[in-house]
Amino acid sequence: MDQFNFSPSQPPPSNTIGAAAWLRKHLFSNVNNSIITVVLFVFLLSSLWSIFQWGFWNADWVGSTRADCSREAACWVFIQVRFEQFMFGFYPEEESWRPTLFFASLVVFVLWLFIEKIPYKKYALVFVLVPYPLLATALLYGGVASLPVVDTHAWGGLLVTLIIALIGMLVSLPLGIMLALGRRSQMPIVRSLSTVYIEFWRGVPLITVLFMASVMLPLFFTGDFDVDKLLRALIGVVLFNSAYMAEAIRGGLQSISKGQYEAGEALGLSYWRLHRLIILPQALKICIPSIVNTFIALLKDTSLVLIIGMFDVLGIATAANSDPEWLGFSTESFIFAALIFWIMCFGMSRYSLRLENKLNTGHR
Amino acid sequence: MSGSNSVSKNTAKEQAAKTLAKSEVNTSWYRWIYNPGVRAVLFQTLLVITISVILYSLVSNALQNLQIRGIATGFGFMDQTAGFGIGMSLIEYDSTDTYGRTFVVGLLNTALIGVLGIIFATILGFIIGVARLSNNWLLSRVASLYVEIFRNIPLLLQILFWYTVVLQALPSARNSLSLFDALFLNIRGFYLPGFNFNDGAVGILIAIIVCLIAGIFWHHKAHKHQEETGECLPTWRYSLSLLIAVPLLVYFALGQPVSLDYPVLKGFNFQGGVNVNPELFALLIALSIYTASFIAEIVRSGINAVDHGQTEAAGALGLTKGTTLKLIIIPQALRVIIPPLTSQYLNLVKNSSLAMAIGYPDLVSVFAGTTLNQTGQAIEIISMTMGVYLALSLLTSLLMNIYNSKKALIER
Repeated sequence: MDQFNFSPSQPPPSNTIGAAAWLRKHLFSNVNNSIITVVLFVFLLSSLWSIFQWGFWNADWVGSTRADCSREAACWVFIQVRFEQFMFGFYPEEESWRPTLFFASLVVFVLWLFIEKIPYKKYALVFVLVPYPLLATALLYGGVASLPVVDTHAWGGLLVTLIIALIGMLVSLPLGIMLALGRRSQMPIVRSLSTVYIEFWRGVPLITVLFMASVMLPLFFTGDFDVDKLLRALIGVVLFNSAYMAEAIRGGLQSISKGQYEAGEALGLSYWRLHRLIILPQALKICIPSIVNTFIALLKDTSLVLIIGMFDVLGIATAANSDPEWLGFSTESFIFAALIFWIMCFGMSRYSLRLENKLNTGHR
Repeated sequence: MSGSNSVSKNTAKEQAAKTLAKSEVNTSWYRWIYNPGVRAVLFQTLLVITISVILYSLVSNALQNLQIRGIATGFGFMDQTAGFGIGMSLIEYDSTDTYGRTFVVGLLNTALIGVLGIIFATILGFIIGVARLSNNWLLSRVASLYVEIFRNIPLLLQILFWYTVVLQALPSARNSLSLFDALFLNIRGFYLPGFNFNDGAVGILIAIIVCLIAGIFWHHKAHKHQEETGECLPTWRYSLSLLIAVPLLVYFALGQPVSLDYPVLKGFNFQGGVNVNPELFALLIALSIYTASFIAEIVRSGINAVDHGQTEAAGALGLTKGTTLKLIIIPQALRVIIPPLTSQYLNLVKNSSLAMAIGYPDLVSVFAGTTLNQTGQAIEIISMTMGVYLALSLLTSLLMNIYNSKKALIER
């Protein structure tokens, strides 16, 4: 009884494996594709080459004055000279360790909260939510523990961008949860008030909200209630952003099946315990991508404070461009500002994608 | 044994009954607080009272403050002379007109940038979105590079970049970049030919309208014919040739009543034609490019949302690639695409308010900017400006709800 032996499998045809086959399949599958590939390739190569020449090869990298910008291409000396302003605005130079410390602590907390392997996340979260904003305010504004007061007019650059984005986020998240729950509430007045609030702020451009905050807000308070400019912008941003946050969270709430509510009620849980223990943990998990999107939109929107006369990263860039000593370098400063925003926004969107895949445990 | 057992059972029952009665007795006087209906009424009453108190204090403070600062109230300012010029206006306007007219000028300019932006962003967005799905690796990579770059940079930065860097680098009027001696691009903006309408131009318009109606009628009839007999009549070919041939015939029959008005360099500037000024041009480019990156994502996810089985089924039925796209894929993809697409359109219109940063005279810049500065009537002006955008967005969401209820998938 001979055992039947399969003959060994043949290698795949040589024209279906390897780089040549990949190229043929993905780039030159037919005439149209070949033309597109060649045209795009030439276009990409030439533009990348000129960007490389302009931004790196022929650029001025070292120096400290206008005279060092002698070459035809980009002059990054301009950015070096202005770097402190891009980061801290007009914060006094001898006090610049305070915003630096703030940035450093921010980096530490962000890494702590977002890298999975580091333990004790709960404590970090509680610390970030409660004492940290107060400590950071004390550190940056001063007036305590012999730190000299630095008025918010002097704040600027990345510092202001991050402060507006982070505080806008921290305050509008709980507000947004409340509004989303309100909009889905059984109580007619609560529901209609939440709906009106959400639809109102979502219906108007942020710039009119900032105008309202900067022009109208002082009218609504008595006496010499001179609200700080930064605080006014923050109020506008929070009012505006909480409506978007509410809609993002409502999307998550809507995707929770009714059975979850019914099961919770059958267990005798009260409204708040039902939401705290059963509904919100699931809903927030589902809407993490849209919350992150809201945050990205908020971060980009912080640049609008430029219009009401504050100096965020973009504001510093435009102010730098109008410096008579450094005319003609606006491309460099805009590219630098764009790079700052781009890195933060792109990083967040990638992180949210990763998180989405990780948390996708089959709830749909 | 059994006796003691029954006794203990009895006592347990009695005790249970006792505790039940006890708890009932204990809670009876404040039991109503556990009634959800009562709680709802209480909570909402409290809410209404709190909000009314806050609103009342805000309004009374505002009135008091207005009196102290001597700011007039009411909409009387709308009839006062504005006294400032506006760089660009679709209707006749000069500085002797009223503030009311500045409102209209701003509104029209916002409408202009909104309509143009929506057209260009849609075209660009659909191209990029389809390119991302291309089986050409390089093309889809370039398209996703576009999306990732432009949607992660603030729009305001992009507007300022186009306006202060790119457009300022353009040559002067004498050295403008030109295409066919008809399109000119220079530091003063973009010049393109306009139309001169003479007597008889109305005839052409009428011819176009008649042909459009005839085309729609023909489509309708061909569709009916196909339903009845299964025979497919050529529709696009007929109606397109009709739409081109008849107006052309009328054009020559009426003695060429419409002529092109080319921009011509006279002295330091161009005369004639249509001028797209740099502000509008920069705003349009930035808005279209930015919004297109979002539209591309919407289009991509919409097309991806159509199950591949649908394409296969269409192939099994013997439909060609084009027909599959037209009859199977696009209708189903549009159901997914249109709701987020409208919200992008709304975003575009709201984002056009960033025009203020470069001095394009839109509603926010003219009315909430200059007019507000001159009159100081913040409350009225900000409310009117917000009201315009709010009305637009509410109208859109109303239309969207109607559309959704019509197009919603009827599930089995």
